[in-house]
Amino acid sequence: MTETPEKVAGVEVGERRISIPGFTEEGENLAAATNAADRHSHGGLGESAKELMSGSGSRGNRHIGFDLTGFPEPTGREEEWRFTPLKKLAGVLSDLPTANAGTDREPVDYQVTEGLEGVVVSTLRDGEAPRGAVLQPADRAAVVAYKNVEQALHIKVTEGTEVAEPIRVDITGKQAGSRANSHVVLEAEPNSKAVFVIEHRGSADFNGNVEITVGEGATVDVISLQRWNNDAVHVGQHDAEVGKDATYKHVAVTLGGEVVRVNSNFRYAAEGAEAEMYGLYFADAGQHIEHRTFVDHNAPRNTSNVLYKGALQGKTARTVWIGDVLIRKEAEGTDSYEKNQNLVLTDGARADSVPNLEIETGLIEGAGHASSTGRFDDNHLFYLMSRGIPEDIARQLVVRGFLHEILQKIEVPAIQESLAEDLERELQIHGN
Amino acid sequence: MSTLEIKDLHVSIETEQGTKDILKGVSLTINSGEIHAIMGPNGSGKSTLASTIAGHPRYEVTNGEILLDGEDVLEMGPDERAQAGLFLAMQYPVEVPGVSMTNFLRTAKTAIDGEAPKLRTWAKEVREAMEKLRIDADFANRNVNEGFSGGEKKRVEILQLELFKPKFAVLDETDSGLDIDALRVVSEGVNRAHDDNDMGTLLITHYTRILNYIKPDYVHVFVDGKVAEQGGPDLADELEANGYDRFLAAAAA
Ligand SMILES: Nc1ncnc2c1ncn2[C@@H]1O[C@H](COP(=O)(O)OP(=O)(O)O)[C@@H](O)[C@H]1O
Ligand SMILES: [Mg+2]
Repeated sequence: MTETPEKVAGVEVGERRISIPGFTEEGENLAAATNAADRHSHGGLGESAKELMSGSGSRGNRHIGFDLTGFPEPTGREEEWRFTPLKKLAGVLSDLPTANAGTDREPVDYQVTEGLEGVVVSTLRDGEAPRGAVLQPADRAAVVAYKNVEQALHIKVTEGTEVAEPIRVDITGKQAGSRANSHVVLEAEPNSKAVFVIEHRGSADFNGNVEITVGEGATVDVISLQRWNNDAVHVGQHDAEVGKDATYKHVAVTLGGEVVRVNSNFRYAAEGAEAEMYGLYFADAGQHIEHRTFVDHNAPRNTSNVLYKGALQGKTARTVWIGDVLIRKEAEGTDSYEKNQNLVLTDGARADSVPNLEIETGLIEGAGHASSTGRFDDNHLFYLMSRGIPEDIARQLVVRGFLHEILQKIEVPAIQESLAEDLERELQIHGN
Repeated sequence: MSTLEIKDLHVSIETEQGTKDILKGVSLTINSGEIHAIMGPNGSGKSTLASTIAGHPRYEVTNGEILLDGEDVLEMGPDERAQAGLFLAMQYPVEVPGVSMTNFLRTAKTAIDGEAPKLRTWAKEVREAMEKLRIDADFANRNVNEGFSGGEKKRVEILQLELFKPKFAVLDETDSGLDIDALRVVSEGVNRAHDDNDMGTLLITHYTRILNYIKPDYVHVFVDGKVAEQGGPDLADELEANGYDRFLAAAAA
């Protein structure tokens, strides 16, 4: 599962590579001069191929809006729903308010870090800026959540404030099957610096939007942790707009939940920004974990990087990653890369991985994508073993290394450690 | 004094087009302290020989044997071969995401020695070895080979060579992709391991350039999966002057 040089450990891995059963890989780099439409398929374990041409299928033409009539009940044939178990989402796709709203029997409890200097916590009604300034509902789930939240949580980091400790929003579900709508507005004013942690636990039918304004020169990390119980359902859309010369990092970690579908997107307000999205997921039997990412290069000279990694174990474990990148005509000087890797630990699990890259200008620094799904990388194993490391220890190092690459992106040691412990527990289940 | 013997080695691989024979009867004997250069054109099977000695599972030995002090190496897994004192510096070292160099080096050293190295002295040893090879200190915190340039990967292979102290090392085109300064630094590392540990070396190379820094006792010309000719250091000079044409013509005939 390495990016392919021509050979690895003396073994051809390019076109002449010996095939490893159940293992496929594709990597590609489009140089600045190429202006080719993205047309190739991505084979793999349970992987489906999609070819994209600019035009009606383009991500840029996907319907967005705040009007429910624009988003009829999905049938499962729609591009954005075709991988999702819709039956299980009935409770979060209906146009319904939060159960027992306004009482102490609301299905979800919120705890927000308070008392930090330069951090203002308040609420926003619909129409009260900046609510709705960044978020662009792109499916029915997002629009019904938006509509059904009266007061959105608003956390603002004021201009120039650097917040040393993470700003936490702890969302805890108290009632499986009980509907909760949520809308969180995170705002980092110019030249501020903050790490937001949104941690989901417990059980609920949770539909939660998050919108993030990253002001000029600001540095923002958003860590979204899905550590639900096994009977929770979660859909959500996280949209960010990244300001001039700003730095943005979104990390989604999904370990728990029966069905989790998080769509994370960003676009740019100007030039000179660096934005990244990372994801880590671990699906066991009976879990459906879906992540969709959309990078909208709508302005020139910005950088983006997306890396999602997943592990699957147990029959019926199911994961989906759809990674859209759109480099618009005006986005000259773009540098963009996206990659998804899935490690299938047992038989019967299925991972879908679909990178879609659309490029409307040839004047870019670079654009690449890669996707791989399969078992262990024999070359990693061989390298470690050729240094004397026994196979079982080598395996452990490779699996943990694979997963920890994303943990390393979370610059909050306590969270890293706690997630590493959860991963250990997951790995013990099948003796890895 | 140890001996690595390769006797009439035949190796094939399975490809989609069927079985492909790559090594067609290789015999070589290397003693401690000796440096053997293997030179040959691309595709002649040099890396296959190196990977087979290290025990890469893709390569099937159909005939012949490899013995280390009389012990059957082909019976051993790749980890056991390393523990027995064999080391392969790979032509294309592998990136292992998420595994730090520090963790990797300590785990490997523990496996090779059968006991964990003493914490304090080990850290110092690693640091000093890195300095000598001009490897930046922060490489210790990076993931194995990840994002290293070609030249950095080669230095890190030689770092391992110095730290693990094998009886025999196979260096597969360690010189390719190195600029002249890096070539010198890397060659010094190999020569140190050779002098300090009486290491036997199988130096695989395509070019004679590295032989200005690492002086071979023997030179073997490798063509079409076999040793076509062997001799002393002069043979390398002849290759430098005339190339492989003479041997290729003979192999084709
Ligand atoms: N894993 C492999 N898959 C397919 N062909 C291989 C593989 N390894 C080696 N070969 C083939 O065997 C021959 C020898 O390759 P190699 O040992 O890499 O030669 P050298 O190192 O001398 O350039 C070449 O024709 C090469 O294509
Ligand atoms: Mg080679």
